[in-house]
Amino acid sequence: MEDLRSNILAYIHKHETCSSTELCKEMNVEHQKIVGALNSILAFGEIISAQPEVTSRLELTDEGRQVADHGSHEAVLFASVPAGDGAPQSELMKSVPNAKIGFSKALANRWIRLDKSAPGGPRVYRQVESVSDRIRHCLQMVAALSLDSLTAEERAELKKRKLVQEGRVTVYRVAKGPAFTLTLAKEETELTAEMLATGVWQTLTFKAYNFKALGQQPDCGHLHPLLKVRAEFRQIFLEMGFQEMPTNRYVESSFWNFDALFQPQQHPARDAHDTFFLTEPAACRLDAEQADGYLARVKAVHSNGGYGSIGYNYDWKESEAQKNILRTHTTAVSARMLYQLAQQPQFQPTKYFSIDRVFRNESLDATHLAEFHQIEGLVADYNLNLCHLMGIIREFFHKLGIRRLRFKPAYNPYTEPSMEIFSYHEGLGKWVEIGNSGVFRPEMLLPMGLPESVSVIAWGLSLERPTMIKYGINNIRDLIGPKVDLKMICDS
Amino acid sequence: MPVVQIEKAALCQCLNRKDFTDEEVDELCFEFGLELDEVTSEREMLAKEQGDAKAAQMGDQLSDAVIYKIEVPANRYDLLCVEGLSRALMVFQSLAQPPLYKAVQPAAGMQQMRVAPSTAQIRPYVVCAMLRNLSFTPASYKSFIDLQDKLHQTICRQRSLVAIGTHDFDTLTGPFLYEALPPSDIVFKPLNQTKEFSAVELMQLYSGESHLKAYLPIIRDSPVYPVIKDANGVVLSMPPIINGDHSKITLNTKNVFIEATATDAHKASVVLDTLVCAFSQYCSEQFTVQAVQVNYPDGRASIYPSLAYRQVDIQVDYLRKGVGRSDSQLTIDEICNRLTRMCLVAKATSDATVSVTVPPTRHDVLHPCDVLEDLAIAIGYNNLEMSLPPTLCTGKQQPLNSLTDKLRLEVAFAGFTECLTFALCSEKDISERLRLPLDSLPAVRIANPKTLEFQVARTSLLPGILKTVHSNRSLPLPLKLFEIQDVVYKSTDSSGSAVNSRQLAAVYYGKSSGFELIHGLMDRIMQVLGVPVDQYKLSATEVATYFTGRCANVLYKGSPVGTIGVLHPETLAQFDLTLPASAFVFDVEKFL
Repeated sequence: MEDLRSNILAYIHKHETCSSTELCKEMNVEHQKIVGALNSILAFGEIISAQPEVTSRLELTDEGRQVADHGSHEAVLFASVPAGDGAPQSELMKSVPNAKIGFSKALANRWIRLDKSAPGGPRVYRQVESVSDRIRHCLQMVAALSLDSLTAEERAELKKRKLVQEGRVTVYRVAKGPAFTLTLAKEETELTAEMLATGVWQTLTFKAYNFKALGQQPDCGHLHPLLKVRAEFRQIFLEMGFQEMPTNRYVESSFWNFDALFQPQQHPARDAHDTFFLTEPAACRLDAEQADGYLARVKAVHSNGGYGSIGYNYDWKESEAQKNILRTHTTAVSARMLYQLAQQPQFQPTKYFSIDRVFRNESLDATHLAEFHQIEGLVADYNLNLCHLMGIIREFFHKLGIRRLRFKPAYNPYTEPSMEIFSYHEGLGKWVEIGNSGVFRPEMLLPMGLPESVSVIAWGLSLERPTMIKYGINNIRDLIGPKVDLKMICDS
Repeated sequence: MPVVQIEKAALCQCLNRKDFTDEEVDELCFEFGLELDEVTSEREMLAKEQGDAKAAQMGDQLSDAVIYKIEVPANRYDLLCVEGLSRALMVFQSLAQPPLYKAVQPAAGMQQMRVAPSTAQIRPYVVCAMLRNLSFTPASYKSFIDLQDKLHQTICRQRSLVAIGTHDFDTLTGPFLYEALPPSDIVFKPLNQTKEFSAVELMQLYSGESHLKAYLPIIRDSPVYPVIKDANGVVLSMPPIINGDHSKITLNTKNVFIEATATDAHKASVVLDTLVCAFSQYCSEQFTVQAVQVNYPDGRASIYPSLAYRQVDIQVDYLRKGVGRSDSQLTIDEICNRLTRMCLVAKATSDATVSVTVPPTRHDVLHPCDVLEDLAIAIGYNNLEMSLPPTLCTGKQQPLNSLTDKLRLEVAFAGFTECLTFALCSEKDISERLRLPLDSLPAVRIANPKTLEFQVARTSLLPGILKTVHSNRSLPLPLKLFEIQDVVYKSTDSSGSAVNSRQLAAVYYGKSSGFELIHGLMDRIMQVLGVPVDQYKLSATEVATYFTGRCANVLYKGSPVGTIGVLHPETLAQFDLTLPASAFVFDVEKFL
């Protein structure tokens, strides 16, 4: 290889410019090897230039290559016939490769003759002393790309015998480059500590970097994409002056999850189909709620109404309220916080938020799991109304970059008025629901002891949905749970 | 949310808009708080359910007329049928006045329903009403059956609270009797059967019937079953299971006798009001219903349907503030007009108050805030002027969450990747698979899991991480994972509650156990937490999850806060892992 490269450089030095086929003939090596050597010289920089020219050329077929290496079938057959005595035809046909073609061609060339009446069966004799294998010679010329010496008849014959075919060959026009040299220095790939210590780096040449290749991945840890989006939402709430609620309480009483929110005890959401109940601990004590009469006020507002409401008119049971469940929404914690707020001697306007896990005993599919994260924000202040609710929701979603919003009347058991939040999805070209909101009902707030003029506006959404949209995830199991693809986490 | 189907042509006709486009219908629904779920046809619906071939085969038997599937709010029972829905939209569009529903007592005296004391054991209440001189069309007949079904599925809670029976009155003779009898004493020919069965046989017969078997448990184990009979002992129904065949209604029925039995008297009355309000429009005297007297064993007599109109006086100021409009922006007249469009007829009783009449179709109105919502809907939510609440507060994080976020970053900086696994798992995950006895764990147990994956709340983060390792075994080694989340412990006191505990767990999984790396991560965490070296140490212990002699307690200020070690080969085998792993788990809350 090194010899070939210096021979090429010497030839270019002498001739200034040449083609790769010319080099092929000159160096007597295959074209492919010349191209390899040229590429290797090109890798050293601008020593030479090579312009590719695509031409259509004859090239050897597999059979052609075999003939070029070992001789034409007829020559092989001729060589197998001993001079003088000849050989039986049947033996030749068995022992010589491609004997059938070779036999007929050699016969046609009058290189051999066949004596059909020889004793012991037809026998083949040489008819000439020696032969010149023109076919092989022609094929060797094709291999060396020196086609000028082939006659049109020869080309036609080689094609007919399927020894050559038309192919596309890239031939290079080679010339001296700006940094032409006759000697190729060995190039270093790495700058090493030793080179620095000895100072040898000053005399070495360094191999050019391939900047198109990818770098090596750094060995780093990654945060989970859902929790990264959670961090973004937390940041928005904090910027907007919201205080985080302590939501680290998965097990909740039905009382705080439903009854305190004025959700009646026969409400379908309280069915075993929707909610996880517990066997251990199956029920809790509501001593504290009972002690200050709150429990009795909740019972009264459900059964007979009060505070301007007619109530639900049913027999409210404490035993139902005591049943433990896995909370179905973080609003259970909001209720606890509002109740605490009501216990202060002087009401303090407050903004609360939380983002945490909730549980639903639902059928699972590509977008639903039994547990998911709820984002919730609420503002408690005097005289808040729907306009404030829509205003703060607009502010919240603006911070996420969502600008086109509209609101649809909806029903939630514990808010009135209630609104579903829709945003215009440019990709889908339609309005999609992105959250739910409302003003907490007086039947929920007044039994807690909050002043009558205080309203609480609140909105909520799931954390999973915006995360799945952001990262283009279609199946929620790819995002959460043990079947998650760690590569996705690293790439997100 | 329940879905109501309505033909486009019918809707266009009652809204007097022949050129209604689907987009306009969608818009109207949105404004009113409904959701246009799907635009379809009989043929498309069948094709969706049973395939295109079947739909094509049915040919002309299927209609191609456009049908809207509209979702209605769960508390608006009055919108559960085409009749109620289209009337509400007509009134909303000011194309009709809200109707005035009346219960009348005929001069000849009311029909009587006597309630026997025996019903107290199983289903103590019954309410009744009659629709007189009614003419059904095939469409309204279907809608009548459909509404009963929708009411059964929603407010009636699968017939457990209320069950409706409707009968051809002309086949019956009053007075009626509601009683409860031993199952073997109830014998009648049930709907669509050719012979008589006893109640015992019926329970057997229907146990295989997909439509009815869900209702059987409501009465099955009771010593007596409810039954309604006429003066001749003809069985009208055996609620909440099945009606009698004798009195079944048909397209030709002119006089409908309605009974609704219940365990909740209020809901029964709501159901009855809803049904008669929607269908009294087909009576010769529109919106008029004939009352029936129910006589209770204690001598009390009640007349149904109640069809009560309730007056609510509301401060105008409350309504204006609620939608953020001043006196001049929202006059009393406008308030009254807008509320009337929501079927809440309102009159100004002074400069400061309106009197709102809540009709028997609007049992969802409990409080003036419900009226306020309807006013806002009538104005249009999206016409209200948005403003930010004036509330000034400073943002504040929960210290535990703030600490958690700090640790998450530090552990990720140290080269570990965060997992997020489920808080619920199987009993086996937290016990057998970690080589721990189940009864030693303070696990919260779930009563009604749909699968084994949700038997308990996790008491350890390790199973989730090890399962994550298992499903990512094919990635380049080593795998370095962590999770900071809550586990749940049943509380030890008698409060019957449970507590969350914030834990940090990390696992190293590779060709060697990598204990020194896990140990190094723990050292780094303690450093970040600012724990002085003399306050943190490891002390050898034995926990079955870890390999013998390769396990330590993490001690902070002398007390254990977690464990660290090389995982036991059998623990690894439980998670189908073939390479060694090290792990630690500790309680983050100890460092607050």
